[in-house]
Amino acid sequence: MTVNELAEKLGLERVFVAEPDRIIEGAYAGDLLSWVMGRAKPGNCWVTIMTNVNTLAVASLLDLSCIIICENSEIGAELSDAASAKGLNLLRTGMNEFEACAALSRLL
Amino acid sequence: MSEQNECLTYSFEVDGENFTSAGEASVQVKRILRRIGFDPETIKRVSIAMYEGEINMVIHAGGGVAELFVYEDKIVMKLTDHGPGIADVSLAMQEGFSTAPDNIRSLGFGAGMGLPNMKRYTDEMVIDTKLGEGTTITMTVNV
Ligand SMILES: Nc1ncnc2c1ncn2[C@@H]1O[C@H](COP(=O)(O)OP(=O)(O)O)[C@@H](O)[C@H]1O
Ligand SMILES: [Mg+2]
Repeated sequence: MTVNELAEKLGLERVFVAEPDRIIEGAYAGDLLSWVMGRAKPGNCWVTIMTNVNTLAVASLLDLSCIIICENSEIGAELSDAASAKGLNLLRTGMNEFEACAALSRLL
Repeated sequence: MSEQNECLTYSFEVDGENFTSAGEASVQVKRILRRIGFDPETIKRVSIAMYEGEINMVIHAGGGVAELFVYEDKIVMKLTDHGPGIADVSLAMQEGFSTAPDNIRSLGFGAGMGLPNMKRYTDEMVIDTKLGEGTTITMTVNV
């Protein structure tokens, strides 16, 4: 499934989408950056509530397919600007992490 | 960048005041290794180890210098800071051990997984640290 299809199916807000056709390969949920850094895999969709710019370094270094920010966690201009500068896919939803993961597991 | 006989050398200042730019050196290193043409797995291992080391210099040591040495058969990262040093290295190496303060934790850091990740994703890691003087961590990834 592509990032675009996922956003469509789950009604996710497209905060910034650099690569709509990027294929999603599995998912990972977590808010502790080193934990995600050590465990998530390239191509994963990352489910989190963290919205500081450091999340983007993690996503970029791991080549994650997209980030889904949950619970409509506030996204500053700094984050969306950095997503566009780094060419990352940043999505947002009102769902909490459990709900987002449950929805993802039905699709992936 | 300077070219020595058998290795390429790169050096990066890691700003200890700026959380926003933390990780930039790692992103640059990743770009360099990609350009040279290393395989994705090697690049991933170096990126993870370098990122954790860089973040530690920002959080725990007020910044420092990150150096990258690229050989034909190995990649060496050397992270040098003049921070407080690590009192008990074997304790610091344990998963979950962290002295990061609450304001740092609220940013998602301080899981106590940094040093273990660095060890796990490299072939060799040497920590040279002295209380009150600083820390130098040298990591090698064989290609
Ligand atoms: N460069 C450093 N200078 C001083 N202390 C450090 C450094 N790197 C790591 N430490 C110490 O080791 C602990 C564990 O590091 P790490 O595993 O990366 O976890 P975390 O950074 O999440 O606290 C840190 O909390 C800190 O006390
Ligand atoms: Mg750390």
